[in-house]
Parts: sequence; structure tokens; C-alpha cells
Amino acid sequence: MNLEKVIFAFFSILALTLNYGFFIGELDDPTHHNVYELFAALVVSLIATIMKFGDRAHIGALLLATSLVADLQLIAAAMVWGYVVYVAESPLEPSVMSSIVSLSGGALLANLTSVILLVVESVTFRR
Amino acid sequence: MHNVISLVLRRMRLPLILLISTYAISVLGLTLIPGIDDQGNPWRMDFFHAIYFVSFLGSTIGFGEIPYPFTGAQRMWTTFTIYAAVVSWLYAIGTILTVIQDPGFRRVLAFQSFVRKVRRMREPFYILCGYGDASRLLVRELSERCIHCVVVEKDREKIEELAIEDLLDYVPGLSEDATNSDTLIAAGLNRPNCRGVIALTGDDHSNLTIAITSKLLAPDVQVICQSDSKDSAANMDSFGTDHIIDPFEIFASRFAMMFHSPSMYLVYEWMTAVYGAPLSDFKRPPTGTWILCGFGRFGKAVRKFIAIEGVKTRLIEADTEATGAPLDTVVGRGTEANTLLEADIQDAVGVIAGTDNDANNLSILITARYLNPGLFTVARQNQQKKDPIFKAADIDLIMQPGTIVAQNILGLILAPLLGDFFRLTRNQNEEWANVLVSRIAGVVAEITPETWELEISPLQAPAVFDRLIRQQKVLLKDICSNPKNRSELLPCVPLLIKRDGTGMLLPDMEECVQSGDQILFCGHQKSTYQIRYIVNDQRALYYMQTGVDRPGGAVWRWITD
Repeated sequence: MNLEKVIFAFFSILALTLNYGFFIGELDDPTHHNVYELFAALVVSLIATIMKFGDRAHIGALLLATSLVADLQLIAAAMVWGYVVYVAESPLEPSVMSSIVSLSGGALLANLTSVILLVVESVTFRR
Repeated sequence: MHNVISLVLRRMRLPLILLISTYAISVLGLTLIPGIDDQGNPWRMDFFHAIYFVSFLGSTIGFGEIPYPFTGAQRMWTTFTIYAAVVSWLYAIGTILTVIQDPGFRRVLAFQSFVRKVRRMREPFYILCGYGDASRLLVRELSERCIHCVVVEKDREKIEELAIEDLLDYVPGLSEDATNSDTLIAAGLNRPNCRGVIALTGDDHSNLTIAITSKLLAPDVQVICQSDSKDSAANMDSFGTDHIIDPFEIFASRFAMMFHSPSMYLVYEWMTAVYGAPLSDFKRPPTGTWILCGFGRFGKAVRKFIAIEGVKTRLIEADTEATGAPLDTVVGRGTEANTLLEADIQDAVGVIAGTDNDANNLSILITARYLNPGLFTVARQNQQKKDPIFKAADIDLIMQPGTIVAQNILGLILAPLLGDFFRLTRNQNEEWANVLVSRIAGVVAEITPETWELEISPLQAPAVFDRLIRQQKVLLKDICSNPKNRSELLPCVPLLIKRDGTGMLLPDMEECVQSGDQILFCGHQKSTYQIRYIVNDQRALYYMQTGVDRPGGAVWRWITD
């Protein structure tokens, strides 16, 4: 039982699930998408990315790349939200909400790829 | 070697996770804990402002409580955040600093930086293994002549000395073991512009390993090795090392030459000495019985060579067993008066202090001179940094192994024809040498002459080559005359012309040069520029031959023709 691998997989999959949780629901309805879940998804995604640092294998590089993509999309979603509501001080319209959720949808795909790669790496791992 | 960035990232994982977690928890807490606005109504902070607040909190800027003064609960949470955030930052920065200062990390950085520098070199360069006295001199001389080199030396401190040296050219240094083939490859052994590997590590076995590695991995690259014993020299020769330099043998043979043929000795000295050094006062050593202190490699070589000249030596050696000294050796170091007296110092004509300890050598000579003031003194100086004291001791002849090795290698690099020249002069006699010495002295006054080569090829001498392929004659004196006054010869002496594998010593000025000739010159440094100018410029050559200054442009030429 390798504790490091458990934690690694835990954070990767947690990032995926939180991301999916935020994404699911009507695209432009703000009541379906909780800001706390976006926050949690972003934080866990960042932690999952940091855990992927420093791996020199090819598949490790791919994992890091997908994680970085997910981070990028989630940060973009958060920044759009923050800008529209607090900088431009306009209400959260459906068009804006759909942009935010779309970006998180992109991050979802990246996280999904990351988890698939993780599974592939585990399956092909030979002791 | 591993990627430097990934090394850093791996060490930074925990600090970064800690930092992110601390910030996340603080932000979350601030958005959840209710505050009270100026009207007394409850109010909750949003994420945007929470992130803003925690940012200036964690970086210890601390603007203030926004937008309304905090409640007690908020303040308690903020206190917790302050300590958590600041400590996380300190931990992260501390880890970065530790990683940067880690010796293994710095070694990786230095190695990669060195490999990058070598890869960027486009011009021919030499790889020097070892940074002792000989290497230091060689690097200085090569850099002054703009010949690139890289240095590989196991001792980190010596590489640091190299970095501080005030050199004309930038010389990259690597502190790794040169006997490792990876190190040699990193130093550029396989690159097409590597001209040679010079092994001067000070340890015969290491030099041998470097030579073998070089010859196996890059057979076309020239290998020059220093060897301190006959066995390793033979070993190196067996797999094709291009040049093997034994400083003791070289010195001993030159020293022996001083007895019977001082002019020949001068010729050898001048050809290999560093340009611009003042011509040393030459004192001919007397024949008779000599006292030789120290029967190591130096002592053995000297005794062998001067015995051929008929000079008898009386040996003084402290460890007769290990050195295999003959039975009539006086046992002792030679630093005390009674040992010297036992060796009949009062009847001797000269004394040679040849131990491997500089202080002992000086002590031997001072004691010897005290007992017999008219002695010819010869000393072996092991370390270059003892120069001032050896100079102050007013010794007749000093032997520095480092200097001899460096000068010989420099000769091999700058003028490979010198090897042929020395081979041919070995068969000449003292009168011939006398003539040559007076010719050279007439040309260079008081400083050691510069030796250089010229090849009559399209690359090095296009003007001459051009005339030769048009079936026109070019005489040696056309090249060697002063462009400002063609009836006067330049201050240089053509020593050798190598044509089709055979060499012609001291060619006459009326000699016709042919294409493919390699000419060895010796003389004043300013002649090198003049000759190079003449052989490159068609107008100059035409003027030298005919005395007529032809117009340069094609139009004017057509007008005047």
C-alpha cells in the first residue's frame, strides 16, 4: 500500500469530481452553480497539479500538462466571475454564467483526461 | 544529468501545497464568517474580496480591514491566517534557498552550463585535462594567441582559480574527473572542431586513461600526454598517442647539450621559449665532477644524459633502497654540510639539486655555495609559486617541469614543423648551430624570437598560390622583404621548408617556393604580420617582385595597360 500513490490518485479524482459537480446543471442558471464548489475545484486542482511536479517519465509529463490545462481553465472561470461581478459591477447575467460554466466544462475534460491517464499508468504498471 | 527544473519542482512540492492550502482555508473562512456593516446588518465577504484581503495579509502588507471593521470572529480568523500564511511563505522561500545552495544541485547547474558553453564554441579548441603549473601557463599562452581551450580538473578550488584568472579569452572550466568518458564527451571530444586533448593531470595512470578514452572515442583528435616514467610512455605510445612529453628527459637532454654544444642548446631554447621573454644570460657549465642530490626521475635522467657527455656525477640520495641508487651513493639529503663534504663538494665543479622538495633544493644550493663558492648551480623548481625565492637565490640554471611541458606543447600546437626541425638539427654540428644562432641574434636583438609557420596554400597564401598556378616563379626573398623598402629583408629567418615529406634546413633566399610548401620561420613578431600581408595581397606581392606599384582597380588597370 503506497501512501503517496493513494494521495496522488485521491487529489486527482477529487479535482475531477468537484469540477463535475460545479459544471453539472443548466448552463446559464446561476442558482445551479455554487461559487464555493468552483473555489473548491480550483484549490484541489492546484494541489493535484503540484503533486504531479517533478515526474520525469513521459506519462508524467502528460499528466502534468493536462493538470495545468485544467488549472488554467478554472482560473479563467474564476477571473471572469470576479471581473464581471466586482470590477465591472454588473449583475450575473445568463451570458456571463454560461461563459463561466463553459470554461469549467473545458477544465472538466482536462481533468477527465488526467484521470484516464492515471488509470492507464496504473494498469500498465509492472512490478 | 537530470533536468534542473524538475529537481527544483520536486523539492518544492510540499511547500507549495502548504501555501495553497493555507491560502484556500483562509479565503474560505473569510467568506463564511459573517461580519457587521456600518448599519448593523450582517454581511458576508465574497470570494473576490476575500482573496484580495488574504493576498495583502500573507505578503505582510496589511492595508486594513475592508470594507467595514471586522467582528471578533473575523478578527480571530484573521489572526490564525496571519501566522499560517507568513510561516508558509517562510517555509517555501527557505526551501528554494536550500535547494539552490545544495552542492549536488550546483554541480548539476555548473555541468549543464559548461556543456552549453562548449556547444556554442564554433572555432577549433583544445581540451586540457588537469590544471597544474603546466596547464596554467599553457592556458595563458593559448588565450593570448586567441586559441580556444576548455579545462577539466577534478579539484574544485583550482577551477575557481581559473575563473578568477585575468585571461584574454574566456576559458570554460569543469570540476569533474577527466578520466570519466562522460566528462570528456561533455567537454566536446566528439565535436568536429575539437583539435586535441592534452592530458596534464599529474598522475600517469590518469593521463593514460584519458589518452585511451580519447583515442577510442575520437581517433582523429590529437592526443598530447605528459608522462613521468618510461613505462607509461611506452604504454601511451603503444596505442598511438600523438605526442608524449617527459619533462625530465627533455631537460636532461638539453642540459647535456649545454656541455658540448651551447649554440645548439640555445637554438632549442629559443625555439621553444615563450616569445618576448628576455634572453637569459647563457653560462656554459664546466666539465668535471658534479654533485647530484636526489636520485628520482629527474636525477636518473640527468645522470644518464650527462654521463654520455663524459661528465661524472657523485650521487647524494636519502632513500637509496627505493630509488635503486648505486653503491657509491652518499646517503643523506644533501641539505647538511657534512653530507656534501662526504661527497667531495670542494673538488666538484657543479651541483644539481634535484629533489622533489623546493625548500630542500634551495637549502642544498645555499649550503653548497657556502662550502664552494665557485660552483655551477642547477635547481629543480617544483612549484611555480616559489618563483620569487628561486629568482632571489641567483641560481645558474633552474628547471621547472611545468614550464618545460607547457613550452613544448605550445610549440607542438603553434608550429608542428618544429618537430621536423629538431629531428633534422640533431644531425648538425656546433658550427652550424653557431651560424644559426648569430643569424637569429642579428634579427631579434635581446628578446626570444617568435616561431611560426606558413603553408603555401590557397587559404593561407592566396597571392603566392595564384602566381604559382600561373606558372610564375615566387622567390623566398619576395615574401621575406620589407614592404616599405623592398631592398631590405624583414627581421626573420626561414628555418625550414618542408616539401613532399622532406625538409630543407635554412633555405636560401633565392629558393623558389612551390605550392604545398610548409615554411617554418623564426624572428621578430612584427614580421609575422608583414609576411601575412604580402602573401595575401596580390598588389603587394607584385610590388615585392617587380618594384612597380600596380594600380588596384580594374578600370585604372585597363586604362594604364
